[in-house]
Amino acid sequence: MFKLEPRATPSTWLSLASPVMALAITVIIGVGLFILLDKDPLAGLQMFFVEPLKSPYALSELSIKAVPLILIALGLAACFRANLWNIGAEGQFVMGAVFAGGVAMRATPETGAWILWAVLGAGMIGGMLWAAIVALLRDRFNASEILVSLMLVYVAEMVLSYLVYGPWKDPQGYNFPQTITFLEATRVPKLFQGLRLNAGVFAALAAVLVFVVFLYRTYAGFQLQVGGLAPLAARYAGFSSRKALWTALLISGGMAGLAGALDVAGPQGQLTPYVPMGYGFAAIIVAFVGRLSPVGIVFSAILMSMFYIGGELAQSRLGLPKAITGVFQGLLLFALLACDTFIHQRLRWVASK
Amino acid sequence: MTGISPESLALLIAATLNAGTVVGLAALGLLINERSGVVNLGAEGMMLVAAFAGFAVGVNTGSDWLAFGAGALAGMAMAAVFGVLVIWLNTNQYATGLALTMFGTGLSAFAGIRYTQEKLPERPHFDIPWLSDLPLAGPALFKHHPLVYLTILFAIGMTWFLMRSRAGLVLRAVGESPESAHALGYPVRQIRLLAVVAGGALCGLAGAYISVVYTPLWVEGMVAGKGWIALALTTFATWRPARVLLGAYLFGGVTMLQFQLQGQGVDIPSQWLTMLPYLATIVVLVLISRNPTWIRVNMPASLGKPFHPGA
Amino acid sequence: MTTPLSKRSVLKLAGWASLAATAALVGCGKKDAAADAASAASDAAPVASAAAAPEPLKIAFAYVGPVGDAGWTYAHNEGRLAVEKEFGDKVKTSFIENVPEGPEAERAIRDLVGQGAKLVFGTTFGYMEPMLKVAADHKDVKFEHGTGYKTAENMRTYDSRTYEGAYMAGVIAGTMTKSNTLGVVGSIPIPEVIRNINAFTLGAQSINPKIKTKVVWVNKWFDPPKETEGAQSLLNQGADVLFQNTDSSAVLQTAEKAGKYAFGWDSDMSKFGPKSHLASAVINWGPYYIKATKDALEGTWSTGGVWWGVKEGAIDLVSVSDVVPAETKAKVDTIKAGLKDGSFVIWKGPILGQDGKEVLAKDAVADDKFLGGINFYVKGVEGSVPTGK
Repeated sequence: MFKLEPRATPSTWLSLASPVMALAITVIIGVGLFILLDKDPLAGLQMFFVEPLKSPYALSELSIKAVPLILIALGLAACFRANLWNIGAEGQFVMGAVFAGGVAMRATPETGAWILWAVLGAGMIGGMLWAAIVALLRDRFNASEILVSLMLVYVAEMVLSYLVYGPWKDPQGYNFPQTITFLEATRVPKLFQGLRLNAGVFAALAAVLVFVVFLYRTYAGFQLQVGGLAPLAARYAGFSSRKALWTALLISGGMAGLAGALDVAGPQGQLTPYVPMGYGFAAIIVAFVGRLSPVGIVFSAILMSMFYIGGELAQSRLGLPKAITGVFQGLLLFALLACDTFIHQRLRWVASK
Repeated sequence: MTGISPESLALLIAATLNAGTVVGLAALGLLINERSGVVNLGAEGMMLVAAFAGFAVGVNTGSDWLAFGAGALAGMAMAAVFGVLVIWLNTNQYATGLALTMFGTGLSAFAGIRYTQEKLPERPHFDIPWLSDLPLAGPALFKHHPLVYLTILFAIGMTWFLMRSRAGLVLRAVGESPESAHALGYPVRQIRLLAVVAGGALCGLAGAYISVVYTPLWVEGMVAGKGWIALALTTFATWRPARVLLGAYLFGGVTMLQFQLQGQGVDIPSQWLTMLPYLATIVVLVLISRNPTWIRVNMPASLGKPFHPGA
Repeated sequence: MTTPLSKRSVLKLAGWASLAATAALVGCGKKDAAADAASAASDAAPVASAAAAPEPLKIAFAYVGPVGDAGWTYAHNEGRLAVEKEFGDKVKTSFIENVPEGPEAERAIRDLVGQGAKLVFGTTFGYMEPMLKVAADHKDVKFEHGTGYKTAENMRTYDSRTYEGAYMAGVIAGTMTKSNTLGVVGSIPIPEVIRNINAFTLGAQSINPKIKTKVVWVNKWFDPPKETEGAQSLLNQGADVLFQNTDSSAVLQTAEKAGKYAFGWDSDMSKFGPKSHLASAVINWGPYYIKATKDALEGTWSTGGVWWGVKEGAIDLVSVSDVVPAETKAKVDTIKAGLKDGSFVIWKGPILGQDGKEVLAKDAVADDKFLGGINFYVKGVEGSVPTGK
C-alpha cells in the first residue's frame, strides 16, 4: 500500500513544479468540463489564457483586476506566514474605500493634486483600523481572528450601505444610493489615453519590493515568520507573539485598505453599494497559489485575473455560465494543496503487513 | 414603538426555531468534526452543494425524504474529499477548507443554472395532532417540519454520545491527543475521517433544509453565509451540543427580530438592524473566549493541527 | 526560506510563459473558427441567414441577474425574444447575464460593442456610469439605459411606470384583506420602490380607507432567503396580503405556506402560489424594445428618455385569481382603461403625507419630476423611509 513519509529536506524541483502541475490538472479538468458542456475546449482555453493578454486594452483590464489582488494578497501573505488567518480582508477593503471616499468628498475644485495622497493614506488607515479591531479582540480576549474578521465583513458592508443611502448620498442624485462622483484631483491618474490602466500598478510593484525586503531582509519580518512556523521556538528566542499579531494584522489591513482606496479613487470614482468586489476573498487564493511569496503572488494574481476575465468572456462569447470561474478557482487551489503535499512528503510503496 | 402581541410573539418564536434549525444542524455537524480535531472551513461550500442536490432531487422525484438523503450524501461526498486531503495528505486544514468553500460555491452555481425556474411540489403541512391546537404554544412550538424536532433530538443524542458512550470518549480522546490515542492502538485517521464525513452529512442535511423547506427555491449562493455562522457557533458554544443549539436559536431570533422591528416602524436605519446578528456573534465570541484557561480546557487540543502517525 | 528567490521566480516565469505560449499557438490556429462558432452559439434562437440581404442589426442585452430568475431579468429577456419575433432576420440578438452593477459592467459592455453590437440595452440602474463611458468612446453605437437618468448624444433612458401595476394590485389587496394590515417586502429604498409602496397603499385605500401598510427592507434586489424571512416577519405582524418589490417568488411561496395572499412581481408568478397568488404586476418590455429597434433600423433614433406605463402596453396586471370578487376585477379593468386613455390619474390630490399634511393639493396632478424624486411615505404606511437622516 502507499504510504506518505516526510522527507528529510523539502524537494526543490517539486516546489517549483507544483503550481505548474496544479494548473495543468485544472486545465485538464477544465477541458473535460468544456467537452461535457458541448463547447469547443480550445475556444474555451483561448478565452481564459489568450484573450485576456491579447491587446493593450485586455492587458489594462487585467491590471485593474490584478492590482488589488496583489496588494491584498501581499498583506495576507504576511498574516498567513505568521499563522494568523485574516479571512476578513474584504471588510478591510470596504472600510479603506469608505475612509478614502470620505476624504475625497472633501475636495473642492481648488484642491491641489496632493489630496490623492491623503485619499490613499486615509484608505490605509481605514483598513488598519478595521484590522486593529480583530487584533485587539484576539490580543485581549483570545477571540478567533477567523470569525471576528469574517463577521466584520458583514458589518463593514452595512456601514457602507448606511452611509451611501443616508448621510453621504449625493443630493443631486435623484435619491439613488451613491455619493457624488469624485473630483478630478482626487482620482488616480490614468497612464494611457483610452485605457483604464492607472498608477495603481506602480503602487503594486512598489509594494512587492517593500515586502520582499521586509519578509526576507528585516529582523521584524524574520520574527513574523518564525512566530508562525514554530511558536515555541519564537517564544524561546524572545520574539513577541503579540508584536507579531499586531504587525501582521495592521499590515494586511493597511494593504487591503489601500486596495480599496485605489479602487474607489480609480475605476469606480464614487462610493456605491457595489464597492465590495470579492477581492478580499479571492486574494486568499492568490496568496496561497503564490506560495505566500511576493513574486509568486504577482504571477498568481495575474493568473487569477485571467480566470476572472476569461470567465466573463467565456460567458459573453461562448455562452458558458459565469459560475465556471468559481469552479476553476476552487479546483486550482485544491490541486495546488494536493500537489504541495509532495514537496514535504514522499509517496512510497510499502509491502502490506 | 408598539408592543408585541402574544400571538406575534408566538409566531416570532416559531420563526426563530425554524431559522435556528438551519444554522444549528450545520453547527452540530461541525462540532463532531472539531471534536476529532479537524476544522472544516468548507461548511458554506458543502451546504451549497447539498442545497442544490436536495432541490434537484426534490424537483425530479417529488419526494422530500429522497431530497434530504441527496443533501446528506452530497455533504458526505464533499467532506470525504476534504477529509482525505487533510487527514492523509496532511494539507493545511484552513486552506483546504477555504478551497472547499470556493469550489462548492462555484460548483453549486454552475450545476444549478437550469434549476432557477423550477418549483417543488406542494409542501405538506406538519402539525402535531392535539398539541398544535394549544393556544399560543401550539403555533409557536408544534407546527414545525420534522427536521426541526430531529435537530433537537440530535443535540441531545450527541451530548449523550460524547459524554456517556465509549465511542464518544474515543472521539474526544482523538481530538485531545491523537498521539496518545494512536499509541493506545486506535485508528486515529479513520476515526477522524468518520467524524468529518458524519459532520458533512449533517451540514448536508442543513443545506437541503434551506432549499427544500426554508425557501423552496434554488438560487446560487442561497446559503448566504450561514455556513460561516455555524462555524462561529461551535466556538462560542465551547463545543457542547446543547449550547450550540441555544446559540443557533439566538442567532435565528436576532435575525427575525430585526425584521420585526423594521415592520413595526422602529426608527433605526435598516442597515444597523441588519448588522445586529453579526455584532451579536462577535460580542458573544468575545465573552466566551475571554478566559484563555477556559478555552484551553474546552477546546479540543489538537484542533487544526495535522496528525502524523509514527512521526 | 531565504534566497533561491530569483532562481525560483525565473523558473516560474519560464513555466508560465511556455504554457501561455503553447496555448496561444494552439489558440491562434483555431481562433477564426472559434469566433464564428462563438457568435452562432451565443444567439438564443437561430436566425435564418439571408443570402443577399443587408447585414442584420446586432443588438446586445446586458442583464444584472440570471434569465431564470422568473422576475426582472426574465421579463427583459421576454422583451428581447419579442424583438426577434418581430424583426426576424433583420436583427441578431445576444445577451450576457449576471453582469454585476458597477465598474465591472464596463468591461462586459465594451466586449459587447467589440463584438459588433450597434444597439446595446443595459437593463439596470447600476450600468449608468459604465454605459456613459463606453458611449463616449463609441459614437456609432446606440445605448439604451433602463431605469437611469443620465443621457448622452448616443445614449437615452427608458423606464416603466411600475407604480401603475402596484396601484392596481393595491386595489385588489384592499378588497381581500381581512386584518386591514398589508405587508410589503421592499428591496432597496430608492424612489422607484418608495413610489410603488405608496401607490400600492393608495390603491388599497381607495377601496378600504382603514388599511395600513408595513414595510421591511432586505436591501437587495434578489435574495430569496432574506425575502422569505422578511415575508414571514410581516405575516407574523398581522399582515394577510403581501406585496413585493424584490425579484424572486420567495414572498409568494411564503404566503402560500401560511395560507395567506400575495402578488407576483415583474413577471407572471401564478404557478408559484396556486392558492396564494392574487395577481401579477408584470412589466412588458416588448413594446419599447420593438420601438427602439425600429428607431435604430430606420435611422430615426434620437436621445431622450421615456417612461411608459399601461398606456403604451408596458405595464399590466395579469392572471387575476378567481377568488377576487367580480366587481373588484371590473374596477381594475376600469382603472386600466382609464390609464390607457388618460382619464384616470393615480397621483392626483389630495394626497397626505404621514404627518397628515398635504403633499399634493386637491385636484393637483403630480408631474414626472415630482414622481421621480419621491422620498416620503403617504399616510397609511408605517415606519419611516430609510434614509439614515
